[in-house]
Amino acid sequence: MNLLLAFTSLQNGLMQFPTDIQTILSLVFYLVFILFIFYGQRIQMYVMIREVEGSLYRLKYIKDEGRKTAVETIKEIGKPQTDPTARVDRFLEYFTIAPQNLDPAGIVWKLEHILDIRDDRLKDEVKLMAPAANETQTNNLENTLEAAMALNYIYKIIRHFYLLGKKTLSLYVIMQLQMILPLIMREAEAYASALKAFAYGQPIGDGAGALVAAKLMHGHEIRKLPKDCVGATVQIEGRTAFVIKAEGPGGNVGKPGDAIKTVIDENGGKINMVIMIDAAMKLEGEGVGEVAEGVGAAIGGPGVDQFKIEDSILEYHIPINAVIIKEDIGDAVSPMRKEIYESVDKAIERMKQLILERTKEGDKVIIAGIGNTIGVAQ
Amino acid sequence: MSKNAASNATTKVSPFVLLIIILTLVLSLTALIIALSMFSAPAPDYNAVITAGWLTLIGALGLVISTYVLLQARRRTQEKIATPPTLTTVECTKCGFKNVREFQRGDYIFKEAEKCEKCGNPTQIAAIYREVKEGHKERYRF
Repeated sequence: MNLLLAFTSLQNGLMQFPTDIQTILSLVFYLVFILFIFYGQRIQMYVMIREVEGSLYRLKYIKDEGRKTAVETIKEIGKPQTDPTARVDRFLEYFTIAPQNLDPAGIVWKLEHILDIRDDRLKDEVKLMAPAANETQTNNLENTLEAAMALNYIYKIIRHFYLLGKKTLSLYVIMQLQMILPLIMREAEAYASALKAFAYGQPIGDGAGALVAAKLMHGHEIRKLPKDCVGATVQIEGRTAFVIKAEGPGGNVGKPGDAIKTVIDENGGKINMVIMIDAAMKLEGEGVGEVAEGVGAAIGGPGVDQFKIEDSILEYHIPINAVIIKEDIGDAVSPMRKEIYESVDKAIERMKQLILERTKEGDKVIIAGIGNTIGVAQ
Repeated sequence: MSKNAASNATTKVSPFVLLIIILTLVLSLTALIIALSMFSAPAPDYNAVITAGWLTLIGALGLVISTYVLLQARRRTQEKIATPPTLTTVECTKCGFKNVREFQRGDYIFKEAEKCEKCGNPTQIAAIYREVKEGHKERYRF
């Protein structure tokens, strides 16, 4: 009874605010209104800064985990005499300066030279850090360190703009950062999941093309091709197919441009078709592992190999076709998803169909499986 | 290093903020207790009921806000990188018997693996993949 009375009184009391409370409330309302007129943008900026700060914490955690994984893997596999932490820290700060492009003529060869030097330097560093690692493990460690390096770089760039925005209190610096952050976080999370894959030597989504080539050449005589690539001659539907991929199972992309050029030259340019199979970036809304077909050199990276392949096929007017397996950035660098693995057989079917439709019996075809061949032998 | 990383991940909520949250929580609970005792008084007068009502409102609001902030802060401190399990399919080269097991370091596709459970012949790793369980899949019209 008491409670019922109290509830009714409370209801009436809350409906009829005392006049002094009403005055206080309207005063608070006006104060908040004026505050938002003058400081609205600043408040918005502080909210954005807080949001960026939260992501930066996550990035720092991911970066530290990357460094930790790299150091632990080196210690476990490489059995170094001394603690490799200092050397890993130095490695994470490595940079590469792209060649000057004021006069673009010949820039591809300059870029290739710089990339070769970088690759050799990184490999030497890994060998010094992990003396007990074999060739495959060295390649895997190099990939692990490169993922850690990428995470370190992303963290530093975001931290730079965050601090710059805080120092200058510029809404536009902070706003740009906050707007692009979801995409950057996606990439960082992708590299984070790549770390484990590289450290353990698991096949990654990017290796779908290499897996197609591996399935085709498995059981046939394998020969080495330049540089860090392997090849096999396989009979497919009465055609002679020269199958090429990077040498596995270590983390390696090889130089398919050089390998394709070698095979074309060996056959005096008498190649009827080149088919390239690679993992490609899917658009939102497309399914993971969808297979599509087109023309052109399907190969990513800095562009040196694409240039070389285009140059080689142009010399002999060889038609080039591409079969791609769609996936997003996260799937490309993390352990291979089941959908991608299953799409490999679909890609092989599509490629065989292409050979049947576009070539005659007795023709010669080059099939290049592009991508990082980590965890995929031949 | 790992200790540093762990401490960085867990000391994101400053002790000062944590103190304010706990203080708000305590004050809110006190307000609620006072309000309850005022409501349950034998003959509450009109003003006491109004005060108790305001105390309930303020207490409940404080309780909700501080709990929310505390949960949010806790959630942010539990950083981890999700790594779904990777599976290895081992296939017998003779009888085709397939065995799926967890990935082991050193596994790679086409590597010779353990002997076949069925026929004792050598097996080969046929596939290494991870299965992604799509939780809540958003539906789009396009």
